[in-house]
Amino acid sequence: MGKQYETVIGLEVHVELATKTKIFCGCSTAFGGTPNTHTCPVCTGMPGSLPVLNKQVLEYAVSVGLATNCDITRYCKFDRKNYFYPDNPQNYQISQLYLPICRNGYIEIETADGTKKVGIHEIHMEEDAGKLIHDEWEDCTLVDYNRSGVPLIEIVSEPDMRSAEEVIAYLEKLRMLIQYLGASDCKLQEGSMRADVNLSVREAGAAQLGTRTEMKNLNSFKAIMRAIEGERERQIDLLESGEAVVQETRRWDDTKGCSYAMRSKEDAQDYRYFPDPDLVPIHISEEWLAERRDALPEFRTEKIVRYKEEYEIPDYDIDIITGSKRLADLFEETVAICKEPKKVSNWLMGETMRLLKEQGKEPEDIVFSPAHLAKLIAMTESKEINGTVAKEVFEAMFESDVDPAQYVEEKGLKTVNDTGALQKTLEEIIAANPQSVADYRGGKEKALGFLVGQTMKAMKGKADPGLINKMLREMLS
Amino acid sequence: MKLTDMTAVELSAAIKEKKTTVMEAVEAVFEKIAEKEESLNCYVTLDQEGALRRAREVQKRIEAGELTGPLAGVPVAVKDNMCTKGMLTTCSSKILENFVPTYTAEAVIKLEEAGAVIIGKTNMDEFAMGSTTETSAYGATKNPWNEAHVPGGSSGGSAAAVAAGECFMALGSDTGGSIRQPASFCGVVGMKPTYGTVSRYGLIAYGSSLDQIGPLCKDVTDCAAILETIASHDEKDSTSVKRDDTDFMSALVEDVKGMRIGIPRDYFTEGLSAEVRESVLAAAQLLRQAGAVVEEFDLSLVDYAIPAYYTIASAEASSNLERFDGVKYGYRAQDCEGLHPMYKKTRSEGFGVEVKRRIMLGSFVLSSGYYDAYYLKALRVKALIKKAFDDAFAKYDIILGPAAPTTAPELGKSLQDPIKMYLGDIYTISVNLAGLPGICLPCGIDGKGLPIGVQMIGNCFEEKKLLRAAYTYERARGTFVRRGEV
Repeated sequence: MGKQYETVIGLEVHVELATKTKIFCGCSTAFGGTPNTHTCPVCTGMPGSLPVLNKQVLEYAVSVGLATNCDITRYCKFDRKNYFYPDNPQNYQISQLYLPICRNGYIEIETADGTKKVGIHEIHMEEDAGKLIHDEWEDCTLVDYNRSGVPLIEIVSEPDMRSAEEVIAYLEKLRMLIQYLGASDCKLQEGSMRADVNLSVREAGAAQLGTRTEMKNLNSFKAIMRAIEGERERQIDLLESGEAVVQETRRWDDTKGCSYAMRSKEDAQDYRYFPDPDLVPIHISEEWLAERRDALPEFRTEKIVRYKEEYEIPDYDIDIITGSKRLADLFEETVAICKEPKKVSNWLMGETMRLLKEQGKEPEDIVFSPAHLAKLIAMTESKEINGTVAKEVFEAMFESDVDPAQYVEEKGLKTVNDTGALQKTLEEIIAANPQSVADYRGGKEKALGFLVGQTMKAMKGKADPGLINKMLREMLS
Repeated sequence: MKLTDMTAVELSAAIKEKKTTVMEAVEAVFEKIAEKEESLNCYVTLDQEGALRRAREVQKRIEAGELTGPLAGVPVAVKDNMCTKGMLTTCSSKILENFVPTYTAEAVIKLEEAGAVIIGKTNMDEFAMGSTTETSAYGATKNPWNEAHVPGGSSGGSAAAVAAGECFMALGSDTGGSIRQPASFCGVVGMKPTYGTVSRYGLIAYGSSLDQIGPLCKDVTDCAAILETIASHDEKDSTSVKRDDTDFMSALVEDVKGMRIGIPRDYFTEGLSAEVRESVLAAAQLLRQAGAVVEEFDLSLVDYAIPAYYTIASAEASSNLERFDGVKYGYRAQDCEGLHPMYKKTRSEGFGVEVKRRIMLGSFVLSSGYYDAYYLKALRVKALIKKAFDDAFAKYDIILGPAAPTTAPELGKSLQDPIKMYLGDIYTISVNLAGLPGICLPCGIDGKGLPIGVQMIGNCFEEKKLLRAAYTYERARGTFVRRGEV
């Protein structure tokens, strides 16, 4: 390949906001639920029903705008996007076109060449659609409106990214900011964060942008990476063979590792956007905006500085823990109870990370409570349980947030501190392993380890290995 | 006095004085219906059994002293574009031929809470699009004064039912004159309140930014009583306004001394029938004699109101009516291959000609490339019209003029020429574009024996002034006709 190509990428990211109720009615946003149970006349598009904006949606949208350095639109409106599809009960989606809530922002990402700004074109608020379920047996399609009216924001970036790495860095930064704000849990797999990739290629140094395509159905960072690489290759191949890239929407099939065209620009619909007359324009006052600004949480950079002052834990730990709002919250809440920053950090950096990785989970999926982790640490410190048992208990907590004390009690895992019983077991072990005893006495330190292990085994793990060690030494001296 | 000759407020008082009962009132209304409904066709749905059951409940609660308001025990008719839980609500369209709502419109709830008894749902132009009640999928309603004529529209069923004594009062909705014009044609009182005064929750939308529910009734006192009952700040309607001056009956005072009344010259130009002109000016003269200062002025922009209105209302309607698609409720066409053919066939068969015309018009003015030239321009005209009224209300308390250029046309004469029909809305639509309150009450009878109405327009939130002027005029005018015996 002779020519050098540059990839130009812009993203449209949909984020489901963490409100308890929907954007235009009081129905629950809870995930799951029997189909059509979280519904009312408003979110099922019944004749005569009217939308009323959930103020929390506006608060979240503005917070995200402030965190991404956007201008906040002081007079903003909702528009109707008209299109017929059964997942959309009114046959129009309430969204924002003409006066979106946030504009002209940016976030900074770290790249191989240093810090880079990625522009945010706009952020707008809109409602999610329902879900269609095709029933193969009955050959009919059913619709579930539980998701209909769940609040979303769409964050539209400028075409400022040049590689899959930059895209991932942008998404990770965006996700972290939004999680810090508590505005969403941003889970790609569950669809609470969805990214559409707009991509074009051009010859290196060209001033004009190439024709772009939009890629949908990207459910993980890995899929996004692969889709970007695939689409870049596809477009370059087209150009190299003298063909033109067609402006179209494509669907990524991650299992096949390729994309196919969904619809081209020619059959793009006319959405006939116009301001929704059922909703009143939003006037944002300086006072209210100042309140929102004051209510912004401590972001990562500030947290890192504070952690360094407050907690004696390694910089590496600080970096990892503050990289996730969920981890940072867990850390701070647990330390507040048990006052053991290093111990808490160890549990998070070690076992927690290991289990997350093993189970393919994100910190947002963590279920154990700070209180239980603090209790576990206290139980280990007081030698109520030993390290091995603690790990077992922790795994149970990780699965279902069990109370460690109760779990230890039920499973009978408490360390036996009855020296009489231990003494008796030790005598038996010594009697049964004359060779090892001789080895130890002969100077083989290793043999003692074997005897400790045998004792632990006989005690079914419920002993303090330190204590065994000490007593053995005394008995064999 | 015959029971059905009473006004709503008179009837409620008589019930409280034990001169009659709620059940007797409901029965009297249904006797009238039995006598006249077959020829007039005021209703799409009647519920005699439910009304009588409800009448017995209300009677008990009145006797127990729980219901004391001015409308307790009064049989009411509701326009068929307001949702009533468990009762068919069709908008006079085939597409909602089987639609039974799961909830009740806020304004209707307010009436029920006040002890009114719903007897049925009145006929209308399909989805409130029309000025004659002839676009209904369930047959035209006839004018009780002369059955060869239309009752006006779109709230023609409500207006005719009140005029014929087929109910004591009714709710209508007014997007471009749909309460005031049929009131004018049927010789009853009709009022469109300031936009935002009555909740639109449960009103099946035509033009959301213009729609407003209001009373159709026998006199100005009933009008004030109904408006006082249905006005509310409703958190379910974002456009609902919180106001603390809804004690409208307190405005029923006979006094217009010093009140400044403006008569727009633009409303008295060509196209206005001579009889209507004389009658309306005579009404102004009566108010002048009662002490008001009456003068002519130029309102301007009147000619632009009709194109602006039909652009905005149709644009909103084209989107509002998208939900009627055969998927969730209402009519669904049979034998369709796939989703989009089902949409097309359902909507082609379910909607009537006038509704389709406005959906197409509205879709066109919103489409890419035309939005600025039509829809945005219409919004600018709307703003200018509002400004013209602001200027007028800086000088005048009330603006007075006709409600329609003529009295009720004959059946079958209007729909062939929709443009001409649209032009008939000239005196009413600017009021909706500017969000103002307007009332229409009878002021005369033409040579054919058909009623003429006078329209009074107030500034936003000045219903009380409007009611005072209307009440004063009504007293000065004297008894209009044999109520319920037209």
